[in-house]
Amino acid sequence: MPLLDVRDLSVVFRRKGAEPFTAVDGVSFSVDPGQTVGLVGESGCGKSVTSLAIMGLLPRRGNTVAGEVLFEDTDLLRLRPQDLRDRRGRDIGMIFQDPLSSLNPVIPLGLQVAEVLERHQGRTRQAALREARQLLEAVGIPDPARRLKEFPHQLSGGMRQRALIAVALACKPRLLIADEPTTALDVTIQAQILALLKDLVDRSGTALVMITHDLGVVAGLCDTVNVLYAGKVVERAGRHDLFAQPRHPYTHGLLQSVPRLDADRGRRLHQIPGSVSDNIPWTEGCAFAPRCARVIDDCIGATVALEPTRRRDGALRCTNPVPQEVPA
Amino acid sequence: MVRVVLRRLIQLGVTLIALMTLIFFWLRNLPGGPVDALLGERATPQTRETLIRALGYDQPIWVQYWRFVRNVVTGDLGNSIRTGEPVTAVISRAFPATVELALAAIVIAVGLGIPLGYLAARHRGRLLDNATIVVTLIGISIPIFFLGYLLKDWLTQGAHVFPPSGRISTGAGNTDVTGFFVLDGLLTREWDASADALWHLVLPAVTLATIPLAIIVRITRASVLDVLDEDYIRTADAKGLRDATIRRRHVLRNALLPVVTTIGLQTGALLAGAVLTEKVYNWGGLGTLITDSISGSRDYPVLQALILLAAFVFIVVNLLVDLSYAVIDPRVRVR
Repeated sequence: MPLLDVRDLSVVFRRKGAEPFTAVDGVSFSVDPGQTVGLVGESGCGKSVTSLAIMGLLPRRGNTVAGEVLFEDTDLLRLRPQDLRDRRGRDIGMIFQDPLSSLNPVIPLGLQVAEVLERHQGRTRQAALREARQLLEAVGIPDPARRLKEFPHQLSGGMRQRALIAVALACKPRLLIADEPTTALDVTIQAQILALLKDLVDRSGTALVMITHDLGVVAGLCDTVNVLYAGKVVERAGRHDLFAQPRHPYTHGLLQSVPRLDADRGRRLHQIPGSVSDNIPWTEGCAFAPRCARVIDDCIGATVALEPTRRRDGALRCTNPVPQEVPA
Repeated sequence: MVRVVLRRLIQLGVTLIALMTLIFFWLRNLPGGPVDALLGERATPQTRETLIRALGYDQPIWVQYWRFVRNVVTGDLGNSIRTGEPVTAVISRAFPATVELALAAIVIAVGLGIPLGYLAARHRGRLLDNATIVVTLIGISIPIFFLGYLLKDWLTQGAHVFPPSGRISTGAGNTDVTGFFVLDGLLTREWDASADALWHLVLPAVTLATIPLAIIVRITRASVLDVLDEDYIRTADAKGLRDATIRRRHVLRNALLPVVTTIGLQTGALLAGAVLTEKVYNWGGLGTLITDSISGSRDYPVLQALILLAAFVFIVVNLLVDLSYAVIDPRVRVR
């Protein structure tokens, strides 16, 4: 049984004087206990909104969320707000993109870690602070006793993200959602943070939903990958399958666009033509069709369904996929 | 922290000296000068000569300036032209009245303004919020003297709820200890006198509080809305913290920073508003003293002392604001 089962999740933003905007359009995926699942796509594909919808962190007004988010058979979308609050931070932890703005500037680091323990595990302030010290140590923050009393601005970016990881994992949640956790960091720090995350989830058996636009992150971390385009999953596959043989032209294009050291010098880097604004609505065919190199007449006119493939955990939403090479 | 306070105290000294210099030369350059103001235009040359010598205006300007500075530093601000009393005595009699009024106004403005602004922010776009925006706009725009006479007309002449003027009823039997009448009554256990003084205080304080209250409501509302949009509030939500904890620990403290600054800046407006309010309610404070000193006798010694005092109060309040800033925001402490 999956730990998290997202079924047909949709998020529509409504704003006065503007057309309703469907940010997430019937996304389904599941996460098994201890598994690491990636949500990949370019800016605006709906990956962050998906994660906020799962956590119930979207603004209260101006949007409609539909579908089911089953966490151990409880539909999080139908929980009362106070019951969801009991689970957030305890069963599901989350880390965000910008570690500076995600920490409260006027509260000492220690309390920001300790308060989640006070809330969910009934610890006293003292006990919570003691535990916070161990947590900071576990995420590799040197001299944690001193850091407890310091404020976010006194810490480096990497250390702040480590602290936020400590917060998210403090109550030993069964699921961790990481929304672009390394995007705001230096490249050297990125690798450290990813290694730390991998190490922590491996050791604690926490399942991880990794949201990223960086295929390098996916390659290093994820068991299964969901590629999102314009609010829909367009391809799902195990990591090895996806990198070895991308079937959707969009996935194929993304992989072609990754700079490679062994590529011919002087050859221009591949890029997918056009931008997200060139999409057509999913109701009129494949949203990616206007940018697709493999577009055929059948791509336009009717909605394309997400069909299971023969690969393990695989699924594909494409009328004219990249042909599968038959192993010789 | 100590260094910050020291540096600010030095700044305070420098500002006061600069201001004293400005006032001094401003007075010396008024058309006619202080002597005309004292004697009128039809005085004989002899009387003028005598007075000029008596006041030391025959001395070179830098000698006069030095004497003025030395007197101010030693606490001698001269004598009032109107009453002949030492200026310090005149001012220290009126000072508590205005401080009592201003403190009451600040208590009302802050005590109501912050909760109201917070509520409006939490009800963003709904009835309470829209009503707050309209009402505070009226509050900011309404002239103090107009509001003052309006309230006075309704609640003293019309309904007789509050006393129309003064700080205390004649024959209330109050003992003057500190000059703060409400406090005096409490100190001497004359509860009736205290209640009477408080009753007199209500309308003037409400009148004076209106503009700062409206501004604080608006600043608080805007500030809370800003903070609610911050990423760290989303983090706090993701931790599953209770709403009350988020509100108290994460929202309020951050939202208070701009509000505290506003409170400091409003002190100036409060001093100006006190002049009008005191006029309306015949409140014997500094505001009354200023108008009397200008309109009646051109009492320059009192006026220059009042200007210095106003500046001093403004600077001290803003120093306190800066210090409380450092208490609220750790990022300020380091600098």
